[in-house]
Amino acid sequence: MLPFLARRLLYAVPTLFAVSVIAFVIIQLPPGDYLTTLMADWAAQGGAVESGMVEAMRERYGLDQPIYVQYFKWMSGILLQGDFGMSFEYGRPVSELIWSRLGFSFLLAFLTLLFAWAIAVPIGILSAVRQYSVADYIATFIAFVFLALPNFVLALGMMYVMSAYFGQSVGGLFSAEYVDAPWSLARLWDFLKHVWLPVFAIGTGSLAALIRIMRANLLDELRKPYVTTARAKGLDEFRLLMRYPVRIALNPLISALGWILPAAVSMEILVSVVMSLPTTGPLLLRALLAQDMYLAGSLILLISVLTIIGTLISDILLALTDPRIRLQ
Amino acid sequence: MTRPQPPLLAVRNLQTFFPTRHGTFRAVDDVSFTLERGRTLAIVGESGSGKSVTARSILQIVDHPGRIEGGAIELAREDGTVTDLAKLDPRGREIRAIRGKEIAMIFQEPMSSLSPVHRVGDQIGEAVRLHRKVTRREERDRVLELLRQVEIPDPETAIDRYTFEFSGGMRQRVMIAMALACDPRVLIADEPTTALDVTTQAEILDLIRRLQDSHGMAVIFITHDMGVVAEIADEVLVMFRGKVRESGPVDAIFHAPQDGYTRDLIGSVVKLEQKAGARVRPALPPADQPPLLKVENMSLTFGNGKTAVDDVSLTLREGETLGIVGESGSGKTTMGRCLLRIYDPQQGRAEFRRADGRVEDVLSAGRHGLKSIRREMRMIFQDPVGSLSPRKTVGEIIAEPLKLAGIRGRACEEEVCHLMEQVGLPPAWRERYPHAFSGGQRQRIGIARAISVKPRLIIADEATSALDVSLRSQMLDLMMKLQDEMGLSYIFISHDMSVIRYMCDRVAVMYRGRIVETGETGQVIGAPQAPYTRALLSAIPNPDPRNPRLRARFRHVPEAALA
Repeated sequence: MLPFLARRLLYAVPTLFAVSVIAFVIIQLPPGDYLTTLMADWAAQGGAVESGMVEAMRERYGLDQPIYVQYFKWMSGILLQGDFGMSFEYGRPVSELIWSRLGFSFLLAFLTLLFAWAIAVPIGILSAVRQYSVADYIATFIAFVFLALPNFVLALGMMYVMSAYFGQSVGGLFSAEYVDAPWSLARLWDFLKHVWLPVFAIGTGSLAALIRIMRANLLDELRKPYVTTARAKGLDEFRLLMRYPVRIALNPLISALGWILPAAVSMEILVSVVMSLPTTGPLLLRALLAQDMYLAGSLILLISVLTIIGTLISDILLALTDPRIRLQ
Repeated sequence: MTRPQPPLLAVRNLQTFFPTRHGTFRAVDDVSFTLERGRTLAIVGESGSGKSVTARSILQIVDHPGRIEGGAIELAREDGTVTDLAKLDPRGREIRAIRGKEIAMIFQEPMSSLSPVHRVGDQIGEAVRLHRKVTRREERDRVLELLRQVEIPDPETAIDRYTFEFSGGMRQRVMIAMALACDPRVLIADEPTTALDVTTQAEILDLIRRLQDSHGMAVIFITHDMGVVAEIADEVLVMFRGKVRESGPVDAIFHAPQDGYTRDLIGSVVKLEQKAGARVRPALPPADQPPLLKVENMSLTFGNGKTAVDDVSLTLREGETLGIVGESGSGKTTMGRCLLRIYDPQQGRAEFRRADGRVEDVLSAGRHGLKSIRREMRMIFQDPVGSLSPRKTVGEIIAEPLKLAGIRGRACEEEVCHLMEQVGLPPAWRERYPHAFSGGQRQRIGIARAISVKPRLIIADEATSALDVSLRSQMLDLMMKLQDEMGLSYIFISHDMSVIRYMCDRVAVMYRGRIVETGETGQVIGAPQAPYTRALLSAIPNPDPRNPRLRARFRHVPEAALA
């Protein structure tokens, strides 16, 4: 197990380098740079801009230097000082912007995952064990409805219903008075009152997919001869189900757990925007639209790094749960 | 005066049905038999005869949607009472207390019948845990004892391993250990050796017999292999399409069968016990004529470092049938594929004499040369289901090689009809899809496809292994008929010595990638020289209960094979 881990970590190094280069290239791809966007904004507002001023700003931000120098500056800042650069758009350090939102992103992703799993796994099991029963058809129908319904539409609809008919404040993760308040029981309660909406809106999509995956996996396993063997031993049906087929059917799901990391950062941008959640999703969208290079680059880099770490975690989880992988 | 003891297990008028969309499928229809203490009852029949469902009905573990519709399964309990298992709730506590404790079962596929993610010791231990109050320590001790009983080497290490770390034979031993966990009084073995090599099969049969003697178990042994029946059974029940055709002591079944079906079944097995009867064959070319195929020092090592074919040399004369026999993993299939360049051997030559007398090396042939060689050298595969495209009609499948050879239109159509007649299929069926054909018919389609371009050499890889015995000899007869008509040569790859004996002029015995013995079939079988050949031959069950072969078996234990 340890050599396996060390080897995987070693593989991650060149991947990380490649990813950082690609992230940088992606930021550079659109024509123009941040200043071009700024000029366009100013021009749209009717302001005249002197070309000398643009040149000065370009020099100040290092935008006049060769690409590789820009890349090198960017990377060395991140690696040596944890400095992700300044956001042009917000005028604040990128790291500050990201960290303040990352906590909520992860919390929301984790809660969504819990929600989806807690509901999808039992329903998936039921739907497989009672295949073609009324319960299976209902579960399948609801799953497909949610799968087909875009999450942001669901979010809009829920927000409308909640505020119009129940008078609850919607949007964000807190009521106005608690946004900047220190943590307290009251704030936690307020948080819980708000968080279920986005958790539900975001979770239903993956919920539906999970039900279908769980059902399909389990149906495959239920037909395997080892189930009959266990039954012939005298095991009762419920323990048999949990101990053998469900255990094995869960493997692919467990191995997908690592994907929660990158998903947390870029998760459901639309829902986050619609519900004005203080997560990293809307930040990324805004940064890309505004060509806020350091912010966008840092977020893309973060997502990539988390993808690599997430994959590593997936591999480790799979190796832990499935001896066939471990011993190969 | 004491009352006569009831039989250990009495099945009366058992009916197990499967409701389907097209009505009820009567998998087991009015089956009755009794099983006495310490005896072995063999239930035989071909695939689809309901033998397996009968066995599963006893424990009420018939697959969905099958269910017991009628009849009684009376088990004499240790306290003298009799319980009708058919009346119990299949999910209830009572039947669960019998499963694994009084009646245990082992299955055909030792790999898929065990969980791949649980340790061996855990799976065996579970059977102990379910029926006995034991501590962790006692459970482990019991499992170790069981592993020792089934002769798994190094039980202390084996107990913490996973099933996929074991060979097929070892896995089946684990299954048996699991079944023995609570000292059952009845052991039901559902084709326990079908997936195993003959030598491994002999070991497992041996083990079951010894355990039966020491534990006093009664055994119900389900098999399609009459040889196995003759070796182990006391009583035999012959099933066909859900019904009992005949039952009685093993000797009577083999030597005085009453029922027509039983006679056919025994007949087709016994027929394969000797060489095919005299047939009119075109004389083989004189021995001094250069051979059709001459393989020299062919070797193939796979990317993982495993040498599958190791310095193989052999010759095949025009019109001859050469058998390649060996166990799974011996490299016989790989060798066959090398000859068609499905795999590329690293070393050696395979000189093929073309129709016009030119000699070409198959192993170094270029793309174009290979294509024209493959027209004269075809292959028939083992799996008659997997090797036919389900989306093409049979006519299209057979026509495919013809089209590649440039024959189209009416000529092609006529040729397809002719080919189908040749292999004994009505040409009117050419518009049907493969799924509409039975296993034997599909194999005929495979043969028709192989002979469509008038090849001179056919490599048949386990061509009859997936077929029931009664079909097997028909298929071999067909292949010999075609050989006589078309002057074909065969390389016939099989693990089944009886098929080789029936069909082949000469035989090469393969073991671990090497050819350990070559010779005239009669000579190799009558007076085997290599120790491995002797072991292989003595492991084949003899379909004559008066003359069991396995009890005087010759065991060949190579140095490194004990692991």
